[in-house]
Amino acid sequence: MQIILNNNLESFDNEKLTVNELLEKKNFTFKMLVIKINGKLIPKDRYDNTLISNGDNVSVLHLISGG
Amino acid sequence: MKSRATLQEIENHLSKFCVGIAGAGGLGSNCAVSLLRTGIGKLVIADFDIVDSSNLNRQFYFRNQVGLPKVEALKDNLIAINPNAQIDIYIIKLESQNIPELFKNCDVIVEAFDKSEMKVMIIETCSINFPEKPLIVGSGLAGWGNNQDIKTEQYGNLYFCGDFNSEVGEDLPPLAPRVNIVANMQANIVLEILMRKM
Repeated sequence: MQIILNNNLESFDNEKLTVNELLEKKNFTFKMLVIKINGKLIPKDRYDNTLISNGDNVSVLHLISGG
Repeated sequence: MKSRATLQEIENHLSKFCVGIAGAGGLGSNCAVSLLRTGIGKLVIADFDIVDSSNLNRQFYFRNQVGLPKVEALKDNLIAINPNAQIDIYIIKLESQNIPELFKNCDVIVEAFDKSEMKVMIIETCSINFPEKPLIVGSGLAGWGNNQDIKTEQYGNLYFCGDFNSEVGEDLPPLAPRVNIVANMQANIVLEILMRKM
């Protein structure tokens, strides 16, 4: 599948991926994350059962302390 | 959409809008000053904290304001710049429960918290309650130098300003230049969004 990940086109061998699988594949180990799929916020307790599929626009946003 | 306007046209246009600022620390206080100077009609600013002497290295406060609630001190400083400014302040700890009510009439919201958990909280709260309202987040501003790493990214109605990397710590404190740069990038995005409506 091809998805847009953080405004960049990316290809994966898998037909679908859960959010957690995507995080693992991309090595995103940040603690403070916000994830949106096609503009919709994905709650943390749904990372295991929310599927990402071809054409989805996914944002994995990492928040950093300081202000 | 116009890409140019006179100072008078800009001030007349911006006077119609309200901007919410969540936090009155390094990002919030400096962002508020720039928005006020540019002519935003109304600011809604919320923070529970008081001014500490350790804030004076980057936040828009003065030595004689140490001990005052930040939002009260900030309002005084903003009024000193423009006595006609409309500024609503709330001494309150922002949470997912009170954010929707406090900022419901704002056209744009600026995230100006310190802790990353709070940044996540307001992004989640706004995504659920105000999916159409632009939210401008600061993320990654500690330390010094590396101007070229500080940038803006947009994900729908969510805008991020910062270097997305430098976390504050004992040996990487937030310092005035980078905090001000990010605060003013946030203010600049607010203007870009509002000027599109001209």
